Amino acid sequence: MSKILKGIGASDGIAISKAYSLVEPDLNFTETSIESSASAEEVQRFKDSIHKTKVEITKIRNHAEVAVGPEHAAIFDAHLLVLEDPELITPIEEKITDQSSSAQQALVETRDEFVTMFESMDNEYMRERAADIKDVTKRILANLLDRPLPNPASIDEEVVIIADDLTPSDTAQLDKQFVKGFVTNIGGRTSHSAIMARTLEIPAVVGTKGVTDEITEGDMIIVDGENGDVIVGATDKEIKAYEVKSQALDKERQELLKIKEDETKTSDGIKVELGANIGTPEDVETVLENGAEGIGLFRTEFLYMGRNELPTEDEQYESYKAVLERMEDKPVVVRTIDIGGDKELSYLDMPKELNPFLGYRAIRMALDNKYLFRTQLRALLRASVHGNLKVMFPMIATIEEFEEAKALLIECRDELKADGVDVSDDIEVGIMVEIPSTAVLADEFAKVVDFFSIGTNDLIQYTFAADRMNENVSYLYQPYHPALLRLIHNVIKAAHDNGKWVGMCGEMAGDKTAVPLLIGLGLDEFSMSAGSVLKARKQIADLKKTDMEQLADAAMRSPKSETVTALVKEYTERS
Amino acid sequence: MEQKSYFITDETGIHARPATILVQTASKFDSELQLEFNSKKVNLKSIMGVMSLGVGKDSEVTVYAEGNDEKEALEAITETLSNEGLTD
Repeated sequence: MSKILKGIGASDGIAISKAYSLVEPDLNFTETSIESSASAEEVQRFKDSIHKTKVEITKIRNHAEVAVGPEHAAIFDAHLLVLEDPELITPIEEKITDQSSSAQQALVETRDEFVTMFESMDNEYMRERAADIKDVTKRILANLLDRPLPNPASIDEEVVIIADDLTPSDTAQLDKQFVKGFVTNIGGRTSHSAIMARTLEIPAVVGTKGVTDEITEGDMIIVDGENGDVIVGATDKEIKAYEVKSQALDKERQELLKIKEDETKTSDGIKVELGANIGTPEDVETVLENGAEGIGLFRTEFLYMGRNELPTEDEQYESYKAVLERMEDKPVVVRTIDIGGDKELSYLDMPKELNPFLGYRAIRMALDNKYLFRTQLRALLRASVHGNLKVMFPMIATIEEFEEAKALLIECRDELKADGVDVSDDIEVGIMVEIPSTAVLADEFAKVVDFFSIGTNDLIQYTFAADRMNENVSYLYQPYHPALLRLIHNVIKAAHDNGKWVGMCGEMAGDKTAVPLLIGLGLDEFSMSAGSVLKARKQIADLKKTDMEQLADAAMRSPKSETVTALVKEYTERS
Repeated sequence: MEQKSYFITDETGIHARPATILVQTASKFDSELQLEFNSKKVNLKSIMGVMSLGVGKDSEVTVYAEGNDEKEALEAITETLSNEGLTD
C-alpha cells in the first residue's frame, strides 16, 4: 500500500530513489563500569573507534577539499589532530585502566574537562574551539555506541535525503551526482534548503512536518517537487507512471533548451534581461547551461560561512575573479556581506537579538565593522578588471547608509590605484530595495544610485510585518498584493525618471503569476534560480507589453491579492 | 635539552591553521617537545594544548626539545613558524 505525504513543492522535478536519513542518532547511554580484567579489551575498543573516526573524517576532509576548496578543508586537518592528541587519548585510556570506566564514560568525562576549560576562556575565538572538540568527540562516541552519525559526504549511491531541515553546511557536503532530491519536515519555498535545491536543480519537497517519522532509511520513495507529493511504498504501477511523468519533464526541458541562446523579448518586441542568482563560483555552470544573460545576485555569504576565521582579501578576490571571468562580459551583480540576524558567524562576536530580522545585519553590521567591509570591497575592486562587475549594498534604509558605503568603496579604490593596482572605472553601484522606507523614497535614492534591485522576500516580510520563517503568519506572504505592487511601481517609476534601471532578485522574479505583472510595471531585469530562466523566457515571449501595462494598472487599483490573481488569469488567457 | 624563543608577529597569533601545521611538524619527532607562553607549558604534540594557550600577536613563546632528535626538531619548528608567517 502506498502512502502519500503532502508538503510544499520547493524545486521542480521527479526523483525516484532510496531514502537516506540525515537525522542524528540519540547518543545518550547509561553509565556503566567494566570488569577490571576487561580493561585491555576496552582500551582496544576505544582505539578501534578512534581509527574508524579517523577514516570518516579523512573522507569528509577530502570531499570538502574538492567541493568547497582547501581553505574549508583545513578545519578537518585540525580535527584529525584532535584524534591523535596525547592530552586527550592518555587520560581516557587511564580512566579505562585505572578506574574501570567504560570507554564511552571515559570519553565523555575527558571531553567535558576540555570543553569546560575552553568555554571558560575570555576570548571568543578560544571559546569556539569547544565546539570543535564536541564535534570530534561526538563522532567517536557515535562509533563507540555503534550508532553512526549520518555523513552526507560519504554517500556513494543514488539517494533522496530526508531531514528535519538542511543547514548550509549540510548542503555544502551534498554531491549532486548521488543526491537526487530531498524532503524536509520544516521550511517553505523561501527557506535555505528550498533555495539550495533550486540552485542545485534537484527536486525537493519541504514542510512535510513528519517525513523523518514516516520514512525510514532505505525506503524507496518518489518525490514530486512540483506538487509537493512524497510517495512511500509505491506500487510498480505508480513508479511506472512517475517514470513517464519524469520523461515528459525531460522532454519539456529539451524543448526549452532550444531558446537558450535567444534574447528575452515580449511578443511586441520589448527586451528585458534574464539573470540568475548564485551562491558560490561553482553555480556559474548551471547559469550558463540555462542561458541566463547575467548574474542578478551573487550572494557572498558562502565565503564567510562554515569556517573559523574571516576570508582574506586574496581568497575573496579569487572567488570574484572566477565568476567574472567565467561570465565573460555579462553583468555580475555582487551583493556585499549580508551576515547577521539569523546568519551567525562563530568567529565574530555578534549580539544575540530578539528580532534578528530587524536587527544588526547586512550593511548595518558592515558599516560598523569597517575592517571586514574594506577587505571585501578591496577584493571586489581588484576583481573588477576581469569582467562586468556591479556592486550592490543590502538592507539600505537611508540615503546616509548608501553614502557612507559608497564613500568607503571610493576610498578603497583610490588606495588601490595609489598602490598601482588596476581597477575598472565603470563599476555601477546600486542598492537592494527590501525595506519599505527605501521603496517609498525611491525618487531621492534614484538620484544617487546607479541601479536598484528589489529583494522581494524581505520587502514582503517588512511591508506586511510578517516573519517569513513563522508558519503561523505565512498567509501574509502575499507577493501579488496591490500594496506591494504599488511599492514596486514607485521604485520602477523613480528609477526610469532618472534614467536608471531596476532589477528584481527575489523569488517573485521567476514566479509565473508575477512575471506578467512585472512586465507591465516595466521591470528591466529579472534574476531568479537558474532553473527558472528558460521557462520565464518562454512565458515572456507570449506576453504583449502594452496589454500587461493595462493589467498592472488594473492590479494596482484592486483591493486584494485574489483580485490580482484573477486579473492575471484574465489578461494572460486573453492574449 | 635544547630551547629557543620566538616573537610572534602574525596578526591573529597562533590560530587554527598554523597550530595544525605546527603540531603536525612536532609529531614527526621522537623528542619531547613543549611550548611555553605566559609561564604555562604545554605539549607541542597536542593540538588542544597549543590552542589552549591562545597565543596572540606580539607574544614571546619558548620551545623546549629533549630527546635524540632534539636539534632537528627545533630546526623544523623554527622553519615552520617562519613559513607560516608567524615570525618575521
